Amino acid sequence: MAEEKHHIISYQKLLGVLGILIVLTLLSVAITEIELSRWATIAALLIAGIKSTFVLLIFMHLRFDQRIFRVMVGLIIALVLVVIFITMLDFMFR
Amino acid sequence: MSETVKQGAHKSYLEETGGRKGIFKWILSTDHKRIGLLYLYSIMTWFVIGVALGIMMKLELIAPGKTIMGAQAYNATFTVHGVIMIFLIVIPGLPAVFGNFLLPIQIGAKDVAFPKLNLFSWYIYVAGSILVVASLFAGGGPPDTGWTFYAPYSFKTGTNMLPAVVGAFVLGFSSILTGLNFLVTIHRLRAPGMTFMKMPVFPWTLYGTAWIQLLATPIVGITLLMVLGERIFNIGFFDPAKGGDPILYQHLFWIYSHPAVYIMILPAMGAISEIIPTFSRKTIFGYRFIVISTLAIAFVGYFVWGHHMFTSGMSGTALFTFSILTFIVAIPSAIKVFNWVATMHQGSILLKTPFMWAASFIFVFLIGGLTGLVLGALATNVHVHDTAFVVGHFHFIVFGGTGFAFFGAVHYWFPKIYGRMYDESWAKTGWLIFFIGYLALYGPMLYLGIKGMPRRYFDYLPEYHGPNILSSLGALVMVSGFLIILINLIRSARHGEKAEANPWGGTNLEWQISSPPSLENFDEIPTIDKATYKYD
Repeated sequence: MAEEKHHIISYQKLLGVLGILIVLTLLSVAITEIELSRWATIAALLIAGIKSTFVLLIFMHLRFDQRIFRVMVGLIIALVLVVIFITMLDFMFR
Repeated sequence: MSETVKQGAHKSYLEETGGRKGIFKWILSTDHKRIGLLYLYSIMTWFVIGVALGIMMKLELIAPGKTIMGAQAYNATFTVHGVIMIFLIVIPGLPAVFGNFLLPIQIGAKDVAFPKLNLFSWYIYVAGSILVVASLFAGGGPPDTGWTFYAPYSFKTGTNMLPAVVGAFVLGFSSILTGLNFLVTIHRLRAPGMTFMKMPVFPWTLYGTAWIQLLATPIVGITLLMVLGERIFNIGFFDPAKGGDPILYQHLFWIYSHPAVYIMILPAMGAISEIIPTFSRKTIFGYRFIVISTLAIAFVGYFVWGHHMFTSGMSGTALFTFSILTFIVAIPSAIKVFNWVATMHQGSILLKTPFMWAASFIFVFLIGGLTGLVLGALATNVHVHDTAFVVGHFHFIVFGGTGFAFFGAVHYWFPKIYGRMYDESWAKTGWLIFFIGYLALYGPMLYLGIKGMPRRYFDYLPEYHGPNILSSLGALVMVSGFLIILINLIRSARHGEKAEANPWGGTNLEWQISSPPSLENFDEIPTIDKATYKYD
């Protein structure tokens, strides 16, 4: 196997991302105080999605990894979205 | 397939004990072949228990009314039979036994990518199995929900749900870790020259299966945790009284459990794809299509779970969508059947026991597949839903598919595993008796279902008596065949004639090394210079 390049992320950047994650966590708690009715779940999922993206790209090094791994993770996320979409065909039209 | 396989005079993996004695040379070994056999012996132990429970059910149904057990005992028997057969036997079956034994050899590797994790997966499997079987004996009686643990009953019943659900949860980890191990092994450890399109079909099916194990199993894990949450903390995910949705449970359960059918069947299709070319002396027909259909089944199989829920109260839009998707998944399955038959066409067929299992696999799989279309169509599904028809269809697919392929695989790779031949005439006798008993056992279920006999009842109306007698007698005949097969294999593993390296004239890598293989399979990692299944 060929020697693979390793990307080292600076502590500064890691701490920055950690800060963003903490802020987003506080935000997801804060918005529960606002009456969003049916949009509440979507807002919570949106924030969780942004947080997951940061974790995947930075902490799990996906941003610096080979393209094949990005494609694999992308396909898995697409799969989950399709599964949720099909499930919604029941919930939304019941 | 390769002309560069080198084998020195090494001890076989069965003689190489690593200085350990007795049971420790098995339970502490990280050799993929020994771990495969650990799974084989564990699975066969549970299989005997599962079969015993199945026979008890058939004895109960031999006549209307209470025969040997009442309603509650019957509910518990079919639940534990289902849980043992599905979670302990059919799901791990072919991948854990033959995947472990053969995957590294077939791709030209010395072991799987993570040997210690592989052994750890077996320990997790044993822990989960013990929990499931313990549910039979502990506290409030065996679980009585059916293997699907449907909510809200599963968090209201007073029977032993906790050990059964925790057991199934723990077993999921074993499945995930094995899938991960196989994925990394296939991506990273293929021999030089073995491109993906030169890889035999069995590893391909393990690859598709591994993705399902990795991606779908966590969903059932979370779902089972939610059931535990309901039972212990009364949360209300699935309880309509608290705003929960019981149909959500069914969605979550089947999002895993339908792809799980493909965990069961894909490696079975892989084993059949190995057996048929070898005994037809012909290159497999349409290799590329078989590979593509394997991936298509693994992929489309994720989206068809709703056909288990056609009468649950889902929306019309969802019913329509799931019905269409179910018909789509039939296409790649049919491609495989066509390819197997086309491979046999004009081949020099050798009627040995593995081939008999493979040919009968195609026959019963066709019945299972075609009855599946009856269930996939909305209009017919509502008539036969939750009848004996579904039980018949399911056993034609899962037992007829995975079980027949498993027995075919055991006979096919037996010389490689033990370095000895089984007794051919006893093997064929066992197969014939088993096959006749099998058709008599499950065939009448299809008829009874169409006539309206519901599943999961310990009693039935007198007009269903005749086919039920035939079915119960069929079960006894099938078990007789199974005992012949089992005794023949156990006896032959010790006293059978010594096997050559390649007794069947196979072309893949496992037939190029000694029987049984050495600890590291190959002296030197082979270089692959030919496509797979080439009969010159």
